[in-house]
Amino acid sequence: MSTVVNDTKIPNNVDLSSDKRLQRALEAWQPNFLSWWNEMGPFGFQKDDIFLRTAISVTSEGWAHFDYVKMPDYRWGIFLADPVADRKIGFGDHYGEPVWKEVPGEHRNALRRIIVTQGDTEPASVEQQRLLGHSCPSVYDLRNLFQVNVEEGRHLWAMVYLLHTYFGRDGREEADALLQRRSGDPDKPRILGAFNEPCTDWLSFFMFTFFTDRDGKFQLLALAESAFDPLSRTTRFMLTEEAHHMFVGETGVLRVVDRTAQQMAEKKWGSVEQVRAAGLIDLPTMQKYLNLWYTLSLDLFGGEISSNAATYFATGMKGRAKEDQFEDHKALEGSYAMEVVKDGKIVREDIAMRNAMNEVLRDAYVEDCQRGVDKWNRTIAAHGIPFELKLPSRRFHRHIGIYAGIHFDPAGNPLTAEQWESKKNEWLPSDADKQYVQSLMQKPVFDPKQMANWIAAPKQGIKGRTVDFEYVRREA
Amino acid sequence: MAETNTSHEPVRFETHPDRYVHWKLDFPAEHGGKVARLMMDVKEDRGMRPGYPLKLNSYDLGVDVELADALQRIRFEHPEVRALVITSAKDRIFCSGANIYMLGSSTHGFKVNFCKFTNETRLYLEEMSAESGIPSLASLNGTASGGGYELAIACDDIVLADDGSSAVSFPEAPLLAVLPGTGGLTRLVDKRKIRRDLADAFSTIAEGVRGKRSVEWGLVDEAPPKAKLEEVTKRRIGALVDRSTRKAFPAVKLPALEVKRSGEEPSADKQEIEYQYVTLELSPKQRTARLVVRAPSSKQPETPEELAKAGASAWAIQAFRELDDALLELRFNQPLIGVVSVETAGDAAAVLAVDAMLAKHADDGLVREVTLLMKRVLKRMDLTAKSFFALVTPGSCFAGSLLELALASDRIYMKDTEDEPVTVAASRMNAGSFPMANGLSRLQTRFLKEPERVSRVLEQGALTTPEAVKAGLVTFAPDDIDWDDEIRIAFEERAAMSPDAMTGMEASLRFAGPETMETKIFGRLSAWQNWIFQRPNAVGERGALTLYGKPERPEFNWQRT
Ligand SMILES: [Fe+2]
Ligand SMILES: [Fe+2]
Repeated sequence: MSTVVNDTKIPNNVDLSSDKRLQRALEAWQPNFLSWWNEMGPFGFQKDDIFLRTAISVTSEGWAHFDYVKMPDYRWGIFLADPVADRKIGFGDHYGEPVWKEVPGEHRNALRRIIVTQGDTEPASVEQQRLLGHSCPSVYDLRNLFQVNVEEGRHLWAMVYLLHTYFGRDGREEADALLQRRSGDPDKPRILGAFNEPCTDWLSFFMFTFFTDRDGKFQLLALAESAFDPLSRTTRFMLTEEAHHMFVGETGVLRVVDRTAQQMAEKKWGSVEQVRAAGLIDLPTMQKYLNLWYTLSLDLFGGEISSNAATYFATGMKGRAKEDQFEDHKALEGSYAMEVVKDGKIVREDIAMRNAMNEVLRDAYVEDCQRGVDKWNRTIAAHGIPFELKLPSRRFHRHIGIYAGIHFDPAGNPLTAEQWESKKNEWLPSDADKQYVQSLMQKPVFDPKQMANWIAAPKQGIKGRTVDFEYVRREA
Repeated sequence: MAETNTSHEPVRFETHPDRYVHWKLDFPAEHGGKVARLMMDVKEDRGMRPGYPLKLNSYDLGVDVELADALQRIRFEHPEVRALVITSAKDRIFCSGANIYMLGSSTHGFKVNFCKFTNETRLYLEEMSAESGIPSLASLNGTASGGGYELAIACDDIVLADDGSSAVSFPEAPLLAVLPGTGGLTRLVDKRKIRRDLADAFSTIAEGVRGKRSVEWGLVDEAPPKAKLEEVTKRRIGALVDRSTRKAFPAVKLPALEVKRSGEEPSADKQEIEYQYVTLELSPKQRTARLVVRAPSSKQPETPEELAKAGASAWAIQAFRELDDALLELRFNQPLIGVVSVETAGDAAAVLAVDAMLAKHADDGLVREVTLLMKRVLKRMDLTAKSFFALVTPGSCFAGSLLELALASDRIYMKDTEDEPVTVAASRMNAGSFPMANGLSRLQTRFLKEPERVSRVLEQGALTTPEAVKAGLVTFAPDDIDWDDEIRIAFEERAAMSPDAMTGMEASLRFAGPETMETKIFGRLSAWQNWIFQRPNAVGERGALTLYGKPERPEFNWQRT
């Protein structure tokens, strides 16, 4: 067996050692992945020892093995959740039929598209975040950033595994292309909009992991229902890792909010200027960053009325998150009351349920986001500060779907282009806001005992270690 | 007229002059055996399927199967024949065309295939004249209407009895709101070069054109009084015999093909039709089939004399007759099959040896007939509305004449493996012996953009997979690890696409290059006739075809496109 493609170098539960096709495909792809990682992965930390979690099996002990590792030596593995015996298709026209162990030729192109689109987001976020290490607020946060990064790398491997195993030569070519596109590069951009947005400060990083990784969670939940069983099993395992990414986002924002609100209460500040004068991030700015990343992430669910979504559902390729909770698994009857824009007015229109599947998934996402925002607000309230973070209307600042190209305020009221221009800096981070936030993050904090001024320390460390544990050992 | 959906007995194409129901084939002594005479005498009550009497020498597929068989036998079994005369045994009627009630009660798919087959047979008639030196004469002792006149116009010469009532006509448009479906309109202007305005007038006069005017308009070559018809026919046929370029060769009998069929019961997963050199294996549930052609396994004739001695058992004749039968089986009896894998097996050298013999003795009369047979069968494949994917694997023999099967396919998959040799090879026969309907060879049609590739392929000999890919002969070349999956997925994917869209797409892509009368005929047929056949003005409740023979008048939707 090859020296790079073997069960030790690549932990897996897909019988890599006897899968010639996969071995050969990975032998060609793995070196390219590594050079991509070295070129586009976290910049400047590749020689450091990082205290990282590695999945070495799918058992409860095995999927979270902690140790120091240099990132390029990270053992990116291939794991599928355990198969469900006699699993049946849970929705759509083939409801109740056995799931597919192979790709049906009829759906090959559409399934490949779905997998490539999901797969493309994984390396994209690593690219977006590659410079953040140089402005980290603590070693604890630095390590979390790298944990998220290596796991996004593993998610890429998970999708590449499917492409290599089930899609032949086309799949191998798509796997190569996943390493060739670059976030934000106008010549070869990543597929989805939010994954081409710069993410160059830590507030954005926390918002990204809260909002955008949460889109990932819901996409994975919908794919976990897929009739294509290997996709279902792959995404179910990815969800275990995704939970940590959202934890990083939720607690990250929470700690910033906590620090600001706590200081506002202690110092009895009432104005943004006072907060900023102390080098903290004011709550209205937090709201603007929230508005930005929430709406960019809403776009990722696709158009409200979508024939693709209907096809995916009908064929069984992609379902709804937690399909079990629905009563009608065929969704042929019934409709979705959608707020659409007609002649500049919002009117309700009944859309055939299957065509509204993107919106159904977005509903679940919005609800999930609200739970996190509620936690932030409880922290603000606990300090007695009269400020509430709010999710804007899902019509606000959209670039995909029926609200794209029309302006709305955060409450969802239509605006003229002039009104939008004059107000948008009140709702979205202005250049000045961005400059201010970045000004707080000029220097990294590499001393484990230290924490940046603008963020509260976390409640606890990782895997029983203290908060000031040396999670990253800088290579002198 | 409602289409019947009841399943019918499968159509069989095997017949013999001894068993003809509707035609009489003889060789009148007055021409010393040099003329074959086909007399149409359709038996009203012997239609291929029940429900329509074949009145007035109207025909159905059964009638045309006999005609096609007769033409094939004249070629091989009667090398002494130098001209053909087609006439009718019925008084005052030559032929009134395809039976309208038969058309009305057929499925759309059957109608399309019926028209395609009759068109091929008309083209074979023309090919006999152009390529085999057997010109033909239609001696119209009565009216030739619709398909009847289309049969006549496929002959070189037409003589019409001038008796005050016999006419030639295309009543389809004025009477039935459809078109003549066997190339008639195209032949009026392209073959007989009749002025377009006269052709227009002719094609809208239901009762047709008689006597002198039919000659003036160029619709027939001569219109003698009825009493003189025989004499004029004889004179003209004599002239055709004189101009014949037919080359003598020993007669070759065409015995019935031996076929083993299994799995025909509806519950069977696989159905197999096995000939000596050809196997057709059908998987109805997957809507796919395998068509396997095997190379010769015994010693093949090396000279025309040996070929004549071997007769129909020679691989070149037998294998291609079997392939022809298998293609017709796919067309007529297997409407649900969408994708066919085209495979070959055996020794490529044996195929190339046959090709070398055919190329070396191309001037021999029998060799010529054999080559023309192969050419017709390959064209039949070009015109078959199934997706063909050729699979080139170790042990296959896509060489020379069998390489044409791959070139006739919509895609060519060639396995890329170093463990076993996989090759394709051209022979001299690929250089133009089997032109397509467009008049070009399949290699020329394939490489319209880079014609220099044609000679490169012809000169290169056996090509390995990478070489064949480089030469432009291969669509996809999966390696041994990918092969099974790629092929499975490709077939599943194709079989799931709309059969209508695939038929239209393939027909659009297969015939690049110049237009010929032949490509026009099939192109017009599939575009216009099949469009009209779906339209309410023809087949709607008040459509002309629906109401034909009923007291009500049709009602048209007057909008033009
Ligand atoms: Fe991910
Ligand atoms: Fe993630």
